[in-house]
Amino acid sequence: MSADGAEARSNGVRSAPVAIEASGVEKTFRIPTHRIDSFKERIVRPLGRPDFRELRALRDVSFEVRRGEFFGIVGRNGSGKSTLLKILASIYRADAGSIRMAGRVAPFIELGVGFNPDLTARENVVLNGVMMGLSQREARRRLDAVLDFAELEEFVDLKLKNYSSGMLVRLAFSVMIQAEADILLIDEVLAVGDAAFQQKCRDVFADMRGGERTIVLVTHDMTAVQRYCHRAMLLDDGRLRYLGEPEETGRQYLRMNFAKRKVTSEGEREVAIVPDFLARVSEAWLENEAGERIENVEAGEPIRLNAVIEARQDLANPGFAVHVNNAEGVHVFELDGNVEAGENALLAAGSRARISATLDNPLRPGRYSIVCWLAVLRNEEETGQQALKLLNFVVFGVGGTGGIVSVPGEVGVQLDPAPDPEREP
Amino acid sequence: MSVEGRNLELTPVRGPSALGGGWKRFGELLYLMSVTEFKKTYFGTVLGYVWSLLRPLLLFAVLLFVFTKIVRLGSDVPNYPVLLLMNVVLFGFFSESTSIAVTSVVNQEGVVRKTQFPRLVIPLSVVATSLFNLGLNLIVVLIFILAFGVTPMWTWLLFPLVIALLVVFATAVASLLSSLYVRFRDTAIIWSVVAQALFYATPVIYPIEKVPDTYRDLILLNPLTPLFEQARKWVIDSDAPGAVSAAGGWTHLIPAIAIFLGTCALAAWYFNREAPRIAEEL
Repeated sequence: MSADGAEARSNGVRSAPVAIEASGVEKTFRIPTHRIDSFKERIVRPLGRPDFRELRALRDVSFEVRRGEFFGIVGRNGSGKSTLLKILASIYRADAGSIRMAGRVAPFIELGVGFNPDLTARENVVLNGVMMGLSQREARRRLDAVLDFAELEEFVDLKLKNYSSGMLVRLAFSVMIQAEADILLIDEVLAVGDAAFQQKCRDVFADMRGGERTIVLVTHDMTAVQRYCHRAMLLDDGRLRYLGEPEETGRQYLRMNFAKRKVTSEGEREVAIVPDFLARVSEAWLENEAGERIENVEAGEPIRLNAVIEARQDLANPGFAVHVNNAEGVHVFELDGNVEAGENALLAAGSRARISATLDNPLRPGRYSIVCWLAVLRNEEETGQQALKLLNFVVFGVGGTGGIVSVPGEVGVQLDPAPDPEREP
Repeated sequence: MSVEGRNLELTPVRGPSALGGGWKRFGELLYLMSVTEFKKTYFGTVLGYVWSLLRPLLLFAVLLFVFTKIVRLGSDVPNYPVLLLMNVVLFGFFSESTSIAVTSVVNQEGVVRKTQFPRLVIPLSVVATSLFNLGLNLIVVLIFILAFGVTPMWTWLLFPLVIALLVVFATAVASLLSSLYVRFRDTAIIWSVVAQALFYATPVIYPIEKVPDTYRDLILLNPLTPLFEQARKWVIDSDAPGAVSAAGGWTHLIPAIAIFLGTCALAAWYFNREAPRIAEEL
């Protein structure tokens, strides 16, 4: 997928007709501090007005999403993003403002689509289809596709209460994906499920990015935002803080999260470390002595690492540090020192840095991963940092006497001469 | 999967509501949810829906024994056993549908919080399931009536009118209770007492003429009273007074009619008001 193609598609999306139009959306929840839950309390306190505080979940939020656009909504917990999604899904009603949407909407909220645990998968899928506005016949026709995607054909007549949570999420996700909807509203999905399911989600999202359907994704996962979204919106305390390029949205989000840390380091003139989207990994691989690409390394064989990293913004004086972690996540070692590209070096946005390293392999047999930390001094007070996961590999071999690494060295042993029994007094 | 070429127009999103979303969808949802409700009720039972027939019959047997052998309430009432059976079945429909409906919306929390659909479907599906049971039960009642030697009358054709009014009232009460329960969990307890009281405040085990004149107007405040009396006249005993003459004229029925209509109006207003907020209150 070339950058030009992505650009063209982005432009195509931008000129597409509007799919979601929200203007001045407001939502206030009344949180009772002393909830009147029974008639008794009504009677005891007849003047009725319960004590409550108002939580303004959304304040004057306006935006437009174009057809075919992959639109991200990010924000901290309690920023109003899930509320907004529920309003779009017609589960909550906005207090003020107007929303208009074009086409059929399929929501996927809190990891579910509203299943009834007492029904079988078959019944639930049909019921859900009808709820989304299909006819019963259309909903039945959809069943096979849903089960096929979820890989749950064998369990079609099992009641959902007997499903594992992973199976449930798979079924729900599949119902949502297979809904013949024009607009998908998705709340936090990538964080759950096993690795295979997550991969499946990622593939589907990647496919949908270029498709005709409009997708609104609420997430905390900035990598997902960066990877899939055409545009993203940052909400903070119910207000729209930023709407635009996903990279910039992610940056603003991370900055917001780390704003507090900066205050505490004040006075010490400590350089704050701010996570940032600096670059992405284009390619990373291991080689053997002959220069062939390999997946795994034999114990004791040197590790020859190669990686290509593409800058997402201009990087002045970038520093690279390569870490090796084991399967337990223990940081085993890192390459000596930070590799710096040189004084006043600049890696322009879109250009690439090639990293190659050969290191002795002291690792015991096991599973390892290599992470490259990229750091850039942004100004006097801030260092932008990003961890780039390069690859996973296995060190194979036999033996090993414990420990995490084997360090070469020479060990000499000298014993005192044995005492002479005849000299005994 | 492609949605290209479809003419998609922007339409306002107004949030959840009691109805809304088209009648066809409402009907299909109602059907599916009723079937679900029916399956759920008898899941895990050996006799399955035979219970829906057996339950009123067992109650009927007990009541029949008590009121013909011990209290002798019905000894001078024509066709008392079949009258009792019909009344038990009719009241069973009302009390079953309303009692199950109370918690129905809250029990469907998962669906309510995650999907957009007309909220009224939930209590209505409970009523529809009970109505289906009522239909089965009425077949049994008909068999008993014929076996008992009641001669068929043309007024049997009017009986569906009584059923229709009963369904309307049950629906109104069911939707009102289900939306009240979202905010006030006392509703379920209160209703279990009220439903029990209504069983005695409705001419189920006694005919209206057995009620002393001083209390008759009180019993006639109950909108179910005229319905039960009219059913008796039309189905079992054409010589029975019927709603109007039992009340002593149309004017005495006005309170019951007012309460009937008032309940319906209140239910419609309250459910409609609460429907958009149910997901937030849960």
